[in-house]
Amino acid sequence: MNGALPALATFVPLGASVALGGLGRARRWFVDAVALAAAGATTVLTVALLVQTREHRIIHWFSGWKPHRGVALGVAFSADQLASGAALLVAALSLAAFVFSWRYLETGKNHFHVLMFLFEGGMIGFALSGDFFTLFVFFELMGVAAYALTGMNIGEAGPLEGAINFAIINSVGSFVLLLGIGLLYGRTGALNFAQVARALAKQPATDVVVVAMALVFVGLLVKAAVVPFHFWLADAHAVAPTPACVLFSGIMVMLGLYGVARVYWTVFRGVIGSAQHELGLVLIGAGVVSIVAGSVMCFVQRHLKRLLAFSTIAHGGIVLVGIGLMSHGGLAGSTLYVAGHGTVKASLFVLTGVLLHRFGSLDEGHLRGRGRGLWLTGALFALGGLALAGLPPFGTELGKGLIEEAGSDHAWMPWVFGFASVMTGAAVLRVAGRVFLGLGAAEPDRSERTGRSSPGAEERETTAAFDRTPAVLVVPAVMLLAGALAIGVWPQAAERAQVAAARFEDPKSYAASVLEGRDSLHDTETMAPSSSSVVYGVAAAGAAVALATVTLRRRRPGARMQASLRPALAPVTALRSLHTGHVGDYVMWLTIGLAAFGGLVIVAVH
Amino acid sequence: MIRGLMPYVLALWLFLIGLYGMVTSRNLVHIVMCLAIVQSSTYVLLLEVGYRAGATAPIFKDITSGRSVVDPVVQALVLTDIVIGVTVAALLLALAVQVHKETHSLDPEDLRPMTG
Repeated sequence: MNGALPALATFVPLGASVALGGLGRARRWFVDAVALAAAGATTVLTVALLVQTREHRIIHWFSGWKPHRGVALGVAFSADQLASGAALLVAALSLAAFVFSWRYLETGKNHFHVLMFLFEGGMIGFALSGDFFTLFVFFELMGVAAYALTGMNIGEAGPLEGAINFAIINSVGSFVLLLGIGLLYGRTGALNFAQVARALAKQPATDVVVVAMALVFVGLLVKAAVVPFHFWLADAHAVAPTPACVLFSGIMVMLGLYGVARVYWTVFRGVIGSAQHELGLVLIGAGVVSIVAGSVMCFVQRHLKRLLAFSTIAHGGIVLVGIGLMSHGGLAGSTLYVAGHGTVKASLFVLTGVLLHRFGSLDEGHLRGRGRGLWLTGALFALGGLALAGLPPFGTELGKGLIEEAGSDHAWMPWVFGFASVMTGAAVLRVAGRVFLGLGAAEPDRSERTGRSSPGAEERETTAAFDRTPAVLVVPAVMLLAGALAIGVWPQAAERAQVAAARFEDPKSYAASVLEGRDSLHDTETMAPSSSSVVYGVAAAGAAVALATVTLRRRRPGARMQASLRPALAPVTALRSLHTGHVGDYVMWLTIGLAAFGGLVIVAVH
Repeated sequence: MIRGLMPYVLALWLFLIGLYGMVTSRNLVHIVMCLAIVQSSTYVLLLEVGYRAGATAPIFKDITSGRSVVDPVVQALVLTDIVIGVTVAALLLALAVQVHKETHSLDPEDLRPMTG
């Protein structure tokens, strides 16, 4: 029974998708009830999986095709604590999204539910995959479902373009991943992670293997929206339905980073050997670029969903830095950060959905002061902003503290992380102040206006009762913020995450449990998050409030002030001008990024 | 040696020329076709990886036992890859048709979601 848990957790949502597809003309309440039941059941299954994997990995071979003498032909799911944790986050965020969409998207028939379950099942399957081919199939499944979800509001120009950019860039990314998988198969004749790792260990680390690794990483980093592969993310977020945004930012992007950690530690660790540190520096570099670019772009946005999307890019950079430290402390910190950030960001998207329901707009300037009566929504939004800035005791602070402790050799780290926290937190708090308190100048500079979307031109996702906020829209936001808080205050979280990360980073034990069914446990030294991280967290939250307050002053800076600021802002303007919305430009950046990342990886390994 | 490398060179060429087409294209349908060309580089690479000289197709019904066959795993990979390619192309073309209905244009220059 235990062995079937990973398969059940994947196929309950996929089955729900098929079943709901068959219920074409059912009443909406019935469809919603089936959806909630299936999403709830999936959440229970993933919780059970997380509990069951505390002591040992769960390996499931489909149709009982077990490996024979170290040769695995069958399709495997392998669940450990990190995989189960990722699956649980997918299931919990999906459940929140389904609660939220009880009243949402009433016009969409049940296409929405079918696609959401396909998406959920694809993501859980991706997290549990034990071989490259299964990984690729679920990677594509979640991709296709996500493209279709983004373009669901067909009949409107915005969603179509966002969905097209998303689908094209991610498809190129998946082909890059497949090229890497093909090269690896050519070298090893295997697809199972453990078997590939053992075959690679028997041969020298040739350039072909290094190139294959770079291709696999880039394919996954495109999904992770790491700069310069990130352009699609903001376009897709700005137009996707709110419940889809909850999953995109909360977990889909982070699954790309999880995939990088998974294939590195189970497949490439043995081949890379002593070059691990240098390879880690390449990942850390990519993370820092994402942090800086994402934070700046986040701060200058006025479209709420786009603003949150850029903040996801910055926070994904923090997670990538944690992975790049190549230690169990760093990976444990990243894991907790993904959980903390995912719940907070999902909650902010839910609250954005409330604003869209009430006012039919997502433009910060247009919404100014309109949210005055919505004290609960406003308070939650501000709290979300503070949690995003890493205010203790939210999970974001705990994760970041652990990464900083693991990377204590890098003195710059708290500053760079602090930059992301302050900029993204301040952007959210600024929105909260402007929308819910009516602060700030009446109409910000015209130059700040992004794109051709006119304020108030968003299509509503609801059809009635705009004058009040139904409880189902707010409850998920409260639950998600409570989840972020729970991760941060749970006293054992840091220790558990480190034990899980240390097991995750043990390729020999992984291969033995997959290929021979022997699971070995060993003790891990754990550390506490740096004690100064609480101070950093409070300082970052305080700085975010201060920065938001400064930007919300009623008086604009004078002409002289503006003139003196212009040279300082030139890099920002240049960065913004790169985000052209043109898919050809995005493909060009992807190509440049692929060449640069591949070159750096080759240099790092030699 | 050179002949052995040819399929890899071809895969690289298809990959790069497809990307070039996507970067420079002014038509959405054309971009989708370029995407298919990028994808065909994966077909070529996978088939080359599983190719064995003198081997036959991996269908074990009619051949005499002992005859060598090409690797069936990569063929399964390519088949799945093709299915995925069809799905994505169908979705993208449907979106392109819808874009044309709404805006009477297929030029990505005219169709920018949001900038900056």
